[in-house]
Amino acid sequence: MMYQAPIFRLCEITGLRVDRTGERLIRANAVAAVVAFLIAVVGALLLVLTRWQTVHLLPAEWYYRILTLHGVNALIFWIVFFEIAGLYFGSTIVLNSPFCAPKTGWFAFGLTVAGFLLTNAMILSGQADVLMTSYVPLQAHPLYYLGIILFALGALVGVFLFFGNLMVARRAGTYGATLPLFTYGLAAAAIIAVITLVSGAIIYVPTLLWAMGVLPKLDAGLYKLVWWGLGHPAQQINVSAMVAVWYLAAYLTVGGISVNERISRIAFLLYILFICLASAHHLLVDPAVSSVWKVWNTSYAMYLAVLASMIHAFAVPASIEAAQRARGYTRGLFQWLAKAPWGNPTFSATVLAIIGFGFIGGITGVIYGMEQTNIIVHNTLGIPGHFKGTVVLGTTLTFMGITYYLIPLVFRRRIVGMGLARLQPWMFAIGIALLAVSMIGLGVLGVPRRHWDIGFSMAPFRYEFPAVADLLWVLFALGGLLAVLGALSWIGIVVASVFFGPRLQGAEDMPLPIATPVRTQHSTAGKFVAPGTFVLTLVFLVTFLVFFWLNWKWLAATWEVR
Amino acid sequence: MSLQPPAEGWYETPVARDERSWVAVATVVCLCLYVWMIGWHIYGRQNPSSISYRIEPAEYMQLHTAWVPRYQIGEENGVPVVAPPPNSDVFLLGQMWRWAPVLVLQKGQEYTFHLASVDLLHGFSLQPVNMNFMVYPGYDYVLRFRPTETGEFTVVCNEFCGIGHHMMTGKIYVVESAAEIEHLRQRFQAPQQ
Repeated sequence: MMYQAPIFRLCEITGLRVDRTGERLIRANAVAAVVAFLIAVVGALLLVLTRWQTVHLLPAEWYYRILTLHGVNALIFWIVFFEIAGLYFGSTIVLNSPFCAPKTGWFAFGLTVAGFLLTNAMILSGQADVLMTSYVPLQAHPLYYLGIILFALGALVGVFLFFGNLMVARRAGTYGATLPLFTYGLAAAAIIAVITLVSGAIIYVPTLLWAMGVLPKLDAGLYKLVWWGLGHPAQQINVSAMVAVWYLAAYLTVGGISVNERISRIAFLLYILFICLASAHHLLVDPAVSSVWKVWNTSYAMYLAVLASMIHAFAVPASIEAAQRARGYTRGLFQWLAKAPWGNPTFSATVLAIIGFGFIGGITGVIYGMEQTNIIVHNTLGIPGHFKGTVVLGTTLTFMGITYYLIPLVFRRRIVGMGLARLQPWMFAIGIALLAVSMIGLGVLGVPRRHWDIGFSMAPFRYEFPAVADLLWVLFALGGLLAVLGALSWIGIVVASVFFGPRLQGAEDMPLPIATPVRTQHSTAGKFVAPGTFVLTLVFLVTFLVFFWLNWKWLAATWEVR
Repeated sequence: MSLQPPAEGWYETPVARDERSWVAVATVVCLCLYVWMIGWHIYGRQNPSSISYRIEPAEYMQLHTAWVPRYQIGEENGVPVVAPPPNSDVFLLGQMWRWAPVLVLQKGQEYTFHLASVDLLHGFSLQPVNMNFMVYPGYDYVLRFRPTETGEFTVVCNEFCGIGHHMMTGKIYVVESAAEIEHLRQRFQAPQQ
């Protein structure tokens, strides 16, 4: 391979050396992410207006088509493009180090873009109405699977470039002895990504061959098992990357430092070690696998990946609290929170994401992921309600939040529309929270997900869901529309800033300040470093126990089954 | 410090009291969840079964078609109505886009359901009880149900199975006693309006 000397610029804001070629790759992937997100948001709008049957906008065929489009773009393209940008950022700029192989980086980008275009073209031309999961023997056009494979391949190359960058930085000794926590979290995400993408290859390659007629048959059970080896750990990549960004945001906005780096790192390690057979969460009410297999593989004797999230759920707010207390906001339990920089959209987005991820996504995730309670939620609207909490309110909002720093730092532009930017996280968070909670409520009533007509107007037997569903559908629509508005505001701000924003001239142009870290000198042994956070985590625990009790009570009221 | 390497001695830093307590509490909760699932298998009355068989769709279809006339008591909306005796096998078929047959069960009695599809994946969703199980082509999912209440129940399909997915519904009647089955027999034998 030909050696290309990196061209650096010195960032006057952070003092870091920035490799220009790496920076261009970060920009390209970030732009692709926003394009995919726009498609997902337009899809979301159409879906909300269809499932809210007062409007019932799309015809059935187009509903399932747009549902496929929305799922693939929101859960795969948007997030993975953004994560690749994040991986490159964390392994070059943060480490003060060059991009290891820019040409390969562009090759990977080409593959992902080709996959992105091909997949979307196949969906929109009506040749892949199979929803994101494409459960066999449901069959799409071979080019649909090829599109996904190309994308996954490009993503895999991107992940390996991240490892290459780490190696280059380590050899050159650009960052000292230990990786910064942010990059460490990204490394965890990257390792999970390898496991995930390999699972993806194991299932999509035979599926492609089957769709081409080369393989005569694929087992439906095997497909679902291996597909979720891609589908579920993919969400763990998101969680890991999201938490890494939480630590970054806490640092940038208030100068927060993990109260115990060892614990935070162990928690990332738990993500890598205990998520591998997460596909079990999707087979809890399926034939072919036994209860022993299900109970063991969803929990590995205890929920260690859940434990990891619970650790971060304390550690991140605690880092904010400790920094605020060191700054003098020590009155009572919550002065640190009241005096926090709420006007900083990155801060508000991060805090709202932590709350939403924990209280909505986390609680439902754990309870729905238990073998027996899954009976009363499987394939109801409660399931997308759960992952609106994790991947939308959690990951997406977190990624939105951090862009308010990344645009000036990476794109060298000022933020256009800062006033709207301050409102945007709130619009999106309240919208998605309302949407998710109403979906969870509809799920309790048994309303199916992925369903065009729950009035069953053309079915042989009609069924009417309880009247309270009508109210929940209105809240669903309100929340959905508000969230779409919040998402479009973010896209508007990003596009306006990146393409038309005034160029950043120097550190004084930085729209949001980078907080100076405050390090407490005295020892933390035997002390409370974050009493406010501790109380909040206990509130979380009580909420969890209430929802736990409710769900098992509802389960106990159903028919007996064994 | 998430953007810089951690400070000197980070690995030896003792864990603060609140973080230590929280990790301990969280660990206990996580352990309890695992034990709870096992405990429910012993003491609870709702557990997905571990019994399933591989079966070719054609073979399942044969079993289903042979079984329906044996206990058929009539027809509703063009779908056969079947009243199997307690403790017997029930071959509930999922097919694009119908659940067949309509079932008449007795409260408090156990029935061995064999759920299977002959084409795509389907979702057996019993409403308003809200119990949900997956139905596969190629697998016979054996679930022993004991209805605990009387009434009319709808089976909705909640796994996407193509363009007619939302039209796929079925029906289950649960009656108090065998005598009531006779009422239903008269109702469904009468010429359809």
